[in-house]
Amino acid sequence: MTGSIDPVLLVASLMVASTPILLAALGELVAERSGVLNLGVEGMMITGAVVGFIAAASSGSVWLGFGAAVLGGAALALVFGVLTQVLLSNQVATGLALTLFGLGLASLLGQGWVGIKGPGLARVDLGPLSDLPVVGRVLFSHDPVVYLSLLLVLLVWAFLRLTRAGLILRAVGESAEAAHALGYPVRAVRLAAIAFGGACAGLGGAYLSLVRVPQWTDGLTAGAGWIALAIVVFASWRPGRALVGAYLFGGITVLQLNLQAAGARIPVELLSASPYLVTILVLVVISRRRERGGDAPADLARPFHASA
Amino acid sequence: MTLKALLAGTIALGLAVPAFAQDDKTKVGFVYVGPIGDGGWTYQHDQGRLAVEEEFGDAVETVYQENVPEGADAERVITQMALGGADIIFTTSFGYMDPTNNVAEKFPDVKFEHATGFKREHPNVATYDARFYEGRAVLGTLAGHLTESNKIGYIASFPIPEVIQGINSTYLHAAKVNPDVEMSVVWAYTWFDPAKEADAAKALIDQGVDVILQHTDSTAPHAAAQEANANGAKIYTFGQASDMSAFAPMPRVASIIDDWSPYYIERVRAVMDGTWEQGASWGGMPEGEVVIGEITDVVPAEAKAEAEAMIEAITAGEYHPFTGPINKQDGSEWLADGEVAEDGELLGMDFYVEGITGDIPN
Repeated sequence: MTGSIDPVLLVASLMVASTPILLAALGELVAERSGVLNLGVEGMMITGAVVGFIAAASSGSVWLGFGAAVLGGAALALVFGVLTQVLLSNQVATGLALTLFGLGLASLLGQGWVGIKGPGLARVDLGPLSDLPVVGRVLFSHDPVVYLSLLLVLLVWAFLRLTRAGLILRAVGESAEAAHALGYPVRAVRLAAIAFGGACAGLGGAYLSLVRVPQWTDGLTAGAGWIALAIVVFASWRPGRALVGAYLFGGITVLQLNLQAAGARIPVELLSASPYLVTILVLVVISRRRERGGDAPADLARPFHASA
Repeated sequence: MTLKALLAGTIALGLAVPAFAQDDKTKVGFVYVGPIGDGGWTYQHDQGRLAVEEEFGDAVETVYQENVPEGADAERVITQMALGGADIIFTTSFGYMDPTNNVAEKFPDVKFEHATGFKREHPNVATYDARFYEGRAVLGTLAGHLTESNKIGYIASFPIPEVIQGINSTYLHAAKVNPDVEMSVVWAYTWFDPAKEADAAKALIDQGVDVILQHTDSTAPHAAAQEANANGAKIYTFGQASDMSAFAPMPRVASIIDDWSPYYIERVRAVMDGTWEQGASWGGMPEGEVVIGEITDVVPAEAKAEAEAMIEAITAGEYHPFTGPINKQDGSEWLADGEVAEDGELLGMDFYVEGITGDIPN
């Protein structure tokens, strides 16, 4: 059987497929820029997915669902924040624990919500723009969260690049000691960044359970949080590149499924491995271009104590 | 003196351990590849575990671990269960085959049961599987009747014999009732990833497929079809591993259900009686291990009757889904007219039957 792939439909669906990991990656990017390594993205995502689904299904409002997911993700992130910033626990171990905790919590909360249909999310109708040939379908006929994620890329970039608050956040991530000596509240900045990261991860998770899949199933995120973590490194901690990374990964995943469905005569095992292969390839190219691969914030994952 | 007391305590404890292990409870372990709430494969195995508990009550204790990756981690989990005093351990996914055999070598007194595998390297390893292709013959028949675009889609997991049997059985029976039917197979390379399964279903729908069958475990393809139907499409799906009746009557119109309870109860009883022996079990509809869930009224009456007649014939042992004449994909003869496939050949199946396009990844 042979068919053909509609490139317009493909681009439209890759944007949907990439949105959850893009959101989670953006949040983690901000957290890491402040010097905090939170490996709990998967746990925060799935918590957002379940909390968002329950809120949306029981209230009938998809927006209440997204709101609850943002709060849920941020709340879980703050557990991590208190443990690592106030009680000075090890960030790597605490982050991994957060993932395990989040998966367990989501599974517990989600009992009884399996197989229930949640409210749908209408596409934004941009009137004549949505009716434009090709670009109308690709650019102007998505649900609002896709646009929100794109806007967020811009906002995070502008915040880090152009604002004083962004400068402080970066300073905290590069040298907490120096920022502290200058009188900046290191702990507060990091807690805020952690909460933002959790909120974004929660939103990404809810996008999975409310739009992309859309339903609640145990284990729904299936590793999306880990991919988001990898994309932050791939993006060398820059928002624009995070967008490229997420769309590349999501795009190739969707493309290979479509190629298979269309009956393309390309080895399937190559197609399935292609998202990972391309990611590695781009990583190699990027690191070759730079003199040193050291793009990471200097104080990443280092604990900070004001009296030390 | 404290040291002495400590030593004495340790020795006492050490002596006490075998005594604990010999208490009258039979400890039964289960290793799951997905979460028990997946609504599919792992859910059904866990139903089997609950059936064991119900059957034997206080005489058994069951333990399980979910979401165990198929690889080095599995070996660690199985080892831990064996160290934890399990008398019999069921490892419920194909990828646990080598880890199960590796651990079995180190624990000769523990019985191991590996689902869907073929390696029994030690006398304490048995394998069990179910003849899912029997159920898929029924679903294929329904699919052939239901499709209006004459395009059906199949979301496959990994290219292993069990999955290939399912693809071939589905296609053969769909083509039998609808010679114009075409089938696209999408390999997801996962047993459980709702987002990817949903994307695969959407890709198939974009290609004009109107019946979707799946050999992956989540209900996501049903949700995707449900959404497409809400937007004016008419897509049919089938429950996989468990009933998935939450999506009935549409898009889910029937289902193939794995019922492991009879087997688990029988094997645990054998351990208790001391009659457990290594074996390779391959039950199907006659044994009650493969069950077809309710066929909804969306299905035309004559198609439903045909499917029910097939269920009866298979259960009675009068019909084998792989009965010749069947050719291989390249046109060469596989089974002559009236010839029935041998089990050994099915268990190693690595080819498509005639009419399916595309290649099997290897």
